[in-house]
Amino acid sequence: MQYLLMIYGDEKAMTAATEANAGQMLAAYGAYAEAMGKAGVLQGGNRLRPTSASTTVRVANGKTTVLDGPYVETKEQLGGYFLIDVPDLDTALSWAERCPGASTGVVEVRPIWAM
Amino acid sequence: MRPEGTDLARQAAETVARDSYGKLIAFLVARTGDMAGAEDALADAFATALAEWPNSGVPANPQAWLATVARRKQIDQLRRRRTRRDASAHVVLLANELDAARAEPTGIPDERLALMFVCAHRAIDPAVRAPLMLRAVMGLDTAAIASAFLVSPTTMGQRLVRARSRIQLAGIPFRVPEADELNDRLDAVLDAIYAAFAAGWSDPAGTELRRRDLATEAIWLGRLVVSLLPAAPEALGLLALMLYAEARREARRGACGEYVPLTDQDPARWDQTMIGEAETLLLRAGTMGFAGRFQLEAAIQSAHVVRRVTGRADWAAIDCLYGALALLTDTPVVTINRAVAVAETQGISAGLDLLDTVAADPLVAEYQPYWAARAGLLARAGSAAAADEAYRRAIGLEPDPAVREFLMRKQAELLNSSVLMQRLTEE
Repeated sequence: MQYLLMIYGDEKAMTAATEANAGQMLAAYGAYAEAMGKAGVLQGGNRLRPTSASTTVRVANGKTTVLDGPYVETKEQLGGYFLIDVPDLDTALSWAERCPGASTGVVEVRPIWAM
Repeated sequence: MRPEGTDLARQAAETVARDSYGKLIAFLVARTGDMAGAEDALADAFATALAEWPNSGVPANPQAWLATVARRKQIDQLRRRRTRRDASAHVVLLANELDAARAEPTGIPDERLALMFVCAHRAIDPAVRAPLMLRAVMGLDTAAIASAFLVSPTTMGQRLVRARSRIQLAGIPFRVPEADELNDRLDAVLDAIYAAFAAGWSDPAGTELRRRDLATEAIWLGRLVVSLLPAAPEALGLLALMLYAEARREARRGACGEYVPLTDQDPARWDQTMIGEAETLLLRAGTMGFAGRFQLEAAIQSAHVVRRVTGRADWAAIDCLYGALALLTDTPVVTINRAVAVAETQGISAGLDLLDTVAADPLVAEYQPYWAARAGLLARAGSAAAADEAYRRAIGLEPDPAVREFLMRKQAELLNSSVLMQRLTEE
């Protein structure tokens, strides 16, 4: 089964982090992604730019509304994701708890709707 | 159709349903991961049995017969819902297994343990784990479960439907966890069983038959886990704990239905056979070198019921065991219970001192046992006014009328004795 690991965290804290801290975090993510790659479960993943770079689009009654900023203002924001392919939820959860983002924020595990 | 044949078929179907419902469900879920589908298939199979058995006679192995028919129904379900590419492969797989099952009619593996681990999976809301287990493993109907957990059948039905679809859609695996995580995961299974037991136990008057039955069902589940995992000490501990409690069921009420607290109960009214079994289980668990929460709680029960032999509860042991329990789960509830034991071993003021340590906890504002314990100790310490106040808090928080009456009786006794004391000192 495919799962999307969505990493939520406080992006203000991330931007305010010292260079050393940010470097350490990046290295941790690098190692994590590598481990998933070696285990043959990683299918994709990316880091997202802060929500200040986000734009939200909605079409209602034929009219398009474009707003700057994220869909919902929250204390913690979606900051990145990984797409993995594993046998079951237990395995997905075991990868989620290894994610560096799980110790600084939360990781939401969502199954992909297979078509 | 001859009526006696119908009766016989119904009886046979009911016997199989009671004895092997969970086994059949586990067997069916293991192959598709679809719990709702498995329940529908098995219900269809039972209906077919009731229609066919009166004419054809009850088959030699009714369980295998039902398994075969239910799997055929599952294949029909899959054919109808063939929306995914791999569904046809699934059908072939099932068809192969079906043939294998026909060749070997008795070979139904017991996968109920895996089924219990699915129901108590950490991705399932803890509040719905016990209901889910009662439904899947015991085949209890939604209305019975709902009334035991004090919610409407509609609400319970929705919770069960949501949980079952979650099992399938989120990809919760159907398997017994590996040894390294077995103990952690087993805790969730045992907690769910204990929650079912507690729901049955919290109807002390025994006025609601369904809830009383729930305690029995939970003990049955406890026995099942022990039989499937005989080397798990906490499973033994839980079963012992439930048996100790169940042994005292009748003694919790007096001749007129009045509440009788544990320390006032007549040991002659305790079920000695159940206590004996609990003691054996606890001893067995004790040889396994790991003492968890359920064993400690069972040991506390054991130290209470030793009164049937020695005439007095072993308060020193109870104090010590609550101390050990506090190391595992340091909650105000444990401290309150321990305070009562400390009052016996180190004196009333020591007990009150320990109660004071949790007085600021927000829990105690609405926790009856704290106020009842406090009132009891204050009354014995001769602080009538403070005891009276504590009794009033306890009475205001108690939902069970029998317990409320007991507390009010105690409060009245306190008032009488303090009036008497006053008169004596005045004279």
